[in-house]
Amino acid sequence: MIDAQRPRGTDRRGFLRIAAAGGAAGLVAACGWDGGNSVRPSLLSLSRVNDWVGENILFSPTRLAKTYSPAERSRMLPSYFISDVMPALQNPSAWRFKVDGLVRTPLSLSLDDLTAMPRVTYTVKHHCVEGWSAIATWHGTPVSAIVARCQPQPAARYIMLRSFDSDYSNGWDLASALHPQTILAYGMNDNPLPPAHGAPLRLYSPTKLGYKMTKYLLSMTFMDTRPGGYWEDQGYPWFAGI
Amino acid sequence: MISSGLQIYEAYARFGDKGGPMFVSPFDGTQFPHWSRLGGWLAAGLNWHFALMWPLVTVGLLYLFYLIGSGEWKALLFRPRDVRPAIEMAKYYLRLRKDHPPQGKHNPLQKLAYSGIVVTGVLAVLTGVSIYKPLQFSWLTALFGGFQAARYWHFWIVWIFIGFTITHVFLVFFVDPASLRAMITGWYRGRFPSHD
Repeated sequence: MIDAQRPRGTDRRGFLRIAAAGGAAGLVAACGWDGGNSVRPSLLSLSRVNDWVGENILFSPTRLAKTYSPAERSRMLPSYFISDVMPALQNPSAWRFKVDGLVRTPLSLSLDDLTAMPRVTYTVKHHCVEGWSAIATWHGTPVSAIVARCQPQPAARYIMLRSFDSDYSNGWDLASALHPQTILAYGMNDNPLPPAHGAPLRLYSPTKLGYKMTKYLLSMTFMDTRPGGYWEDQGYPWFAGI
Repeated sequence: MISSGLQIYEAYARFGDKGGPMFVSPFDGTQFPHWSRLGGWLAAGLNWHFALMWPLVTVGLLYLFYLIGSGEWKALLFRPRDVRPAIEMAKYYLRLRKDHPPQGKHNPLQKLAYSGIVVTGVLAVLTGVSIYKPLQFSWLTALFGGFQAARYWHFWIVWIFIGFTITHVFLVFFVDPASLRAMITGWYRGRFPSHD
């Protein structure tokens, strides 16, 4: 109302001043800002809302990822671990994969035990949170086959996966773990799982981003509370379903 | 949204499967300056991006509902019958024609721009969804030519938006500065023939 009395030139200058201040503030704000202590918690809460939407509305327990022919495999698939040197077992023959927590029958499985279980092979596209993707073939036993043997208690809702790659771990929702393409992989591209990709055993699933697929596995623990994870605790989305 | 998107882009600044052919892009391997990236690192960039998608989609839907509900869409939608007048309008701007062709509230080139930017906005969201959930929306990802192609289009749409915004605001200052306030507040207090 007051503005209407003023000459237009002042208005325009006023606007330019506000626009410049707004623009400068925007640039300062954009400068590597993760939200600070005031906004970061809200961003993480919203990330949990997005997890909920991804888990309860968008995720389909039966929709299968597109499979490719072995000829379409990428020439390379980057490998990551968080340890300074490639994690390796001191005594591979003594390694056992432990299944415990809220289960009726805890399990301790050797690699031979695992390869004797139902076997799944597929060639799928891997999606990394960084934005790259690559196609590879994976061989393993479905997590659902483990679940059939260990018989989780009704309260079990989550799975925590532990590794011997320093303190790397992940938490999974049971529904994604029971997806038919979620497997404990002991083979890659027609060969035993290479050390660079998590030997002797890693989780694989085309339903989630790469960082959810724990390598160098030691154990899976059935839980009624949501486990954290190496990257998830630092702010990466927990559900990470794609 | 754009700023956090540039932060996410930093993690894999190219388009194409690992070990395979890459899409041609002048920004291949480009690291955008630190000040232009919201988040500081990938996780925070993602969290900003996935938080801001809610207001973006909400405001976008409110705008579309308003256009439809108020009937304003009729003045903005570029239709086949606008093609010939658009050519006449372009001739006028290129000084191939002396007199300003008759027009309604917006001239046909403006309609083309305003219809085009709505389509671009819808595509920005759809390509985003297709790379956010490429398994659950695999049909959409396939429609854009696959995961890496969808990333490619999602990235390029940003430059269309930036180009549109710069042109749009430049023309406002150049032609009718008073309408800048109208764009922000919704009230127009200047004097301009086409707004009377």
